[in-house]
Amino acid sequence: MRAKNGQPLPKLATGIEGFDELSRGGLPRHRTSLLIGGPGAGKTVFALQCLVNAARQQRVPGIFVAFEESSRQIMANGATFNWGLASLVPKKLFFLDAHLSPTLVKAGDFDLAGMLAMLAAKKKEMGAQWIVFDGIDVLVTLLQDPVAEMQEIYRIRDWLADNALTAIVTAKIENHTSAVHYGFLQFMADCVVRFERRHEDRVAAQTIQITKYRGSSYAACEFPVSFGPLGIEVGAAEAAEIEHRASSGRVTTGIKRLDAMLGGGVFRGSSTLISGVPGTSKTTLAGMFAEAACRRGERALFVSFDEAAEQIVRNLSSVGIQLRPHVKSGLLRIYSARTGGTSAEEHLLKLRSLIREHQPRCLVIDPLTAIAKAGTLGAARSVANRLIYMVKDEGITLVVTALSETDEPQTESTDLQVSTIADTWIHLSYLVRSGERNRALTIIKSRGTWHSNQVRELVLSKSGATLTDVYTAGGEVLMGTLRWEKEVEETARTTRRRAEFNQKRRELQFAEANLSDQIKALQADLERQRAELALYSGENEVRNVSSSDRENELRRRRSSGPEDRSLRKAAK
Amino acid sequence: MSPRQRKPQHKPKARRAGVTTVVVLRLYIAGGAPNSVQAIANLEAICREYLKDGHKLEVVDVLEHPQRAMAEGVLVTPSLAKLTPLPSATVVGNLSDKARVLLALGLKRKVQ
Repeated sequence: MRAKNGQPLPKLATGIEGFDELSRGGLPRHRTSLLIGGPGAGKTVFALQCLVNAARQQRVPGIFVAFEESSRQIMANGATFNWGLASLVPKKLFFLDAHLSPTLVKAGDFDLAGMLAMLAAKKKEMGAQWIVFDGIDVLVTLLQDPVAEMQEIYRIRDWLADNALTAIVTAKIENHTSAVHYGFLQFMADCVVRFERRHEDRVAAQTIQITKYRGSSYAACEFPVSFGPLGIEVGAAEAAEIEHRASSGRVTTGIKRLDAMLGGGVFRGSSTLISGVPGTSKTTLAGMFAEAACRRGERALFVSFDEAAEQIVRNLSSVGIQLRPHVKSGLLRIYSARTGGTSAEEHLLKLRSLIREHQPRCLVIDPLTAIAKAGTLGAARSVANRLIYMVKDEGITLVVTALSETDEPQTESTDLQVSTIADTWIHLSYLVRSGERNRALTIIKSRGTWHSNQVRELVLSKSGATLTDVYTAGGEVLMGTLRWEKEVEETARTTRRRAEFNQKRRELQFAEANLSDQIKALQADLERQRAELALYSGENEVRNVSSSDRENELRRRRSSGPEDRSLRKAAK
Repeated sequence: MSPRQRKPQHKPKARRAGVTTVVVLRLYIAGGAPNSVQAIANLEAICREYLKDGHKLEVVDVLEHPQRAMAEGVLVTPSLAKLTPLPSATVVGNLSDKARVLLALGLKRKVQ
């Protein structure tokens, strides 16, 4: 319901992380909000936190009426948060112990007229604008009469309206239908917030849900709640529309060759997923990214699950990644979290406060899959999603690692489903062949950038990780010793081939020379024979001429006889 | 109507009999709220019947003296405090349950 002049309902911000977003501005001003839920669901903390925030941030005093716990208990509980509660009491925060002693004798009906008069006086005295009635169900139960319950609830409502106070009433109601006064309580409140604590896969999950908000829109679904150093934090939904600044600046991954494969590194503010089975150097790659960030003088945050900071520093230094100086200089913050018994939501809140504290430009989470260890996978998925979007909103370049159970990159996508949101997805795997296990790196995807489609070998050495050139032979990528062998073999073969070629050429040249020599010799021979022939035919003619001359001579000399004729014939 | 009705009632109650054990009572009320009006009437009747010897009753209107009531630990109204003799006791409600009031004030034993 909008105010009569058409203005939106005035609201007071609670200052509670996430809640002001989902309630579109906080709780209704000068109206009553009802917090309902089972024990331990966070109602009291929420209510007290509203008062503390108002007192600390706006210097607005508030009154806390405690029907259930003693104010001493509440103070002790509140002291566990960084609120500086003691310094606020009693000027900015007044506690009224409305806890009726169990020895108290009840003889007949009573009402709250006196208490409200006292509270009105106190309100005037300290100028309070907020009031909390914590555990009104306890008081109402004491009335032992449904009619009286209703009457007193109306009395409180009227009193609140008269005194222009913004009120929070908490009631311990687990089963809505069983509580007689629930309907009245709901009616009296302009805003109803339901708190729930339940167990999901042995991990307590706390949620918050606005079930009613007169005159205002609100995010209606259940939101996860957890307790941080500043009290309750609500894992509010991100805006439905995704709006990230898209940077075209590149950030190195710490490995030159990997940068080259990615077309110059990853985009600033993008998210990179490194997946792989255990031992594929995911942490090393993540560590190189963090080190590179620190070398550029950027602040980095390295979040590790189930591995101590010291251990990470030591292990990475063995492959030439020196994080210690950066930790010392304060550029790098390594945070190690245990995963057992901590829900994904709590991890998210812790990460958020860490990001706020350290203000990193680069963030590493190793491995992100660890958040799914406790609690349901659904919850972890939602957290992973929100985490990535939150980090993107801050413009932080993110590298997360994900443990896959099998070597098939496809199976990773079924786990946390991070691969769909990540901008770049690098998969590490083993290639086992001829007694060797070699690490292989593949870029499965990289949005908005050219990237190599080839598998490369990742080699770890004392000076860090490097990628070696792809060795393709016969349509196969070879690695490790096989690659080396192949390389050596290939070189030898080339040398041999060259030697063989040279030799053949020499042989041929020799043969050619030989032949041409032979040709020359033959030519000479031919010439000689021709000359001989010419000579011979000349002689023959001469002889022919001379023989006929000689015949004539002989005939003339011997006056030819038959014997001469026969002689002549024989000579012919 | 409340202050007028209350004051004439509490003055005769507050008279001192000057007898041995004086029961000192303080009743906190909230103006003319029905429960408060009833409580005064019920307490008056009890005093007449069981505390003829001597008692001292002070009626505090929380609407008029809220700070004092708060300082004295009053929560709901009406609320009756027995200050002496010890042990002190507190009874809340309109005092319609006479037996419980007497028990709480330590008067029932005397009667029986």
